[in-house]
Amino acid sequence: MLWESVKLAMRSVRRNLLRSVLTLLGIVIGVGAVIALMTIGSGATQKISADIAKLGSNMLIVRPGGQGPGPPGGNDARSFNERDVDALRKGVRNVRAIAPSANKQSTVVFDATSSDVTVTGTDEAYFIAQDWSFKAGGTFTENDVRAANNVCVVGTTVVSTVMAGVEPLGQTIRIDSMPCTVVGVLGSKGQSAFGSDQDNTIIMPLRTFQRRIAGNTKIASIAVSANSPADVKPAQDAITEILRETRHMGKSAVEDFSVRDMTQIAAMMSSTTTIMTGLLGAVAAVSLLVGGIGIMNIMLVSVTERTREIGIRLAIGALASQVLTQFLVEAIVLCLFGGFLGVLLGLGLAGLATVFLDVPFTPDPRVMLMAFTISGLIGLVFGFFPARNAARLDPIEALRHE
Amino acid sequence: MISLREISRDYGVGDARVKALASLNLDIDAGSFVAIMGASGSGKSTAMNILGCLDRPTHGAYLFNGVNVTNLSRDGRALLRRNYLGFVFQGFNLLARTTALENVELPLVYRGLSRATRHKQALAALLAVGLNGRESHTPGELSGGQQQRVAIARAIVTDPLVLLADEPTGNLDSERSHDIMRLLQTLNRERGITIIMVTHEADMAEYATRVITFADGHVAQDHAKVFA
Repeated sequence: MLWESVKLAMRSVRRNLLRSVLTLLGIVIGVGAVIALMTIGSGATQKISADIAKLGSNMLIVRPGGQGPGPPGGNDARSFNERDVDALRKGVRNVRAIAPSANKQSTVVFDATSSDVTVTGTDEAYFIAQDWSFKAGGTFTENDVRAANNVCVVGTTVVSTVMAGVEPLGQTIRIDSMPCTVVGVLGSKGQSAFGSDQDNTIIMPLRTFQRRIAGNTKIASIAVSANSPADVKPAQDAITEILRETRHMGKSAVEDFSVRDMTQIAAMMSSTTTIMTGLLGAVAAVSLLVGGIGIMNIMLVSVTERTREIGIRLAIGALASQVLTQFLVEAIVLCLFGGFLGVLLGLGLAGLATVFLDVPFTPDPRVMLMAFTISGLIGLVFGFFPARNAARLDPIEALRHE
Repeated sequence: MISLREISRDYGVGDARVKALASLNLDIDAGSFVAIMGASGSGKSTAMNILGCLDRPTHGAYLFNGVNVTNLSRDGRALLRRNYLGFVFQGFNLLARTTALENVELPLVYRGLSRATRHKQALAALLAVGLNGRESHTPGELSGGQQQRVAIARAIVTDPLVLLADEPTGNLDSERSHDIMRLLQTLNRERGITIIMVTHEADMAEYATRVITFADGHVAQDHAKVFA
């Protein structure tokens, strides 16, 4: 009996295909929006988590300049020096690495090719703090750092732009006319959360950088990697306390440096995504409501059109419940069809969007199942009133209906 | 088989109250072929609706096969129609864009029979009305006479005790009308189905074994014919 109703419903949808599809637009758009948003949202979340991992685990970034929003470290901000770094190394517990660094946009030249690149001066702890891996070679040594040797580690983008087809290890490249021997090639990290290419980088000992590239002894930032997530907050407090002391700041003075927890920044970014998803989800809900009302409308029309048919069915012995079931099933089948079209639309939109937004395309079968279930429920809820009308018809009146 | 006791049926309320039937008494024996005649407004359609359990009397009692069915619920009447009655209408009332076979299967669907059983019984019913070979035609592809045969097949597919026919030849020409009447007569004689038929045409009433004429909600005349 139920299967008969399903077959009948499918036939009815096929007969009025255009009308059915137009009626279903609300459902299609609603479901499509939900699917697209969930798919894009989960892709974005994955990308953000991946970005957090790229930033380095349990990372704190110490920079000159106030705690406020916007890019830290203006020109007038007091930068750090080696004394600050030494004090941190002595005083902060439960950290894996403390790496001072400074960087500058420079030009790298190899043979006749040149390219713009970010050059960072730091020490060997930097690779640990930033979770860098090595594709070839390795880090420069503590001795290189102390002696300010002309050695460097290059990112994969540098290799592919200026050293294509050459074994990079042992080659001498020129950075702002300073010759420098390549001792390691970094593993690829891809784009940062802010869209810059993290692989277009050259890393060298801090003192080499200060003397030969920057021409000063400023330290622009200090990366600190805590042992575990629980150690991040105590480390943050310890860093603040120590730096206030080394920088001779009075008790009431506002800090002229910031200690940022990278996971906080990432969490802020993903909460923005959540708000957007929520807002657009509300739009989808309204669309589904409108779609449901459309379903009710078309089912009422269908019941009126088929009054005579209902009369025949009642006369030959259909129970009121059987007529109710038939029209309910029809509304549900109609909505499931809409849900199906909506899933296709949503996946299509999400597919396009993920290409443009450069996030992974991750369709979730559970979300699709949920969308189907919601469509079915809409059919059940909004189909009930028309179906009840059909079931309550008087057979004599219904048979007389033209 | 059927007994109507002091049946009355009122429509409307207050001053607009109309008595369609007033104290109707009627007994119909099993196996009879009854023609009901009368002018419009004489109450014959109301009587048919009550006999077909589509409507309930305002007063009085309806005994079907010895059982009082007057106060059956809506679903109770639906089950009675499904199991014991068959309907044939003036306007055929087949489902449009649905094949003859599916139309005939419809009452069996509501009985919850399996697909194979439904097919077998529906094909047998179509054969009985002489429509074998037209199973997959839709009503639009069939003539009026053929459509009425499909309707009769649908009415008899459940092996009903009583077949109620409301002006079954009203939309047909004379030749087709006689074909349909002969079919009904055969069903009555060979299967013993009790037939109650409303008609306007005296020559159609000729096929019946008993002719009842209604006037003003009463039985005005009641002739039984004796066949040799």
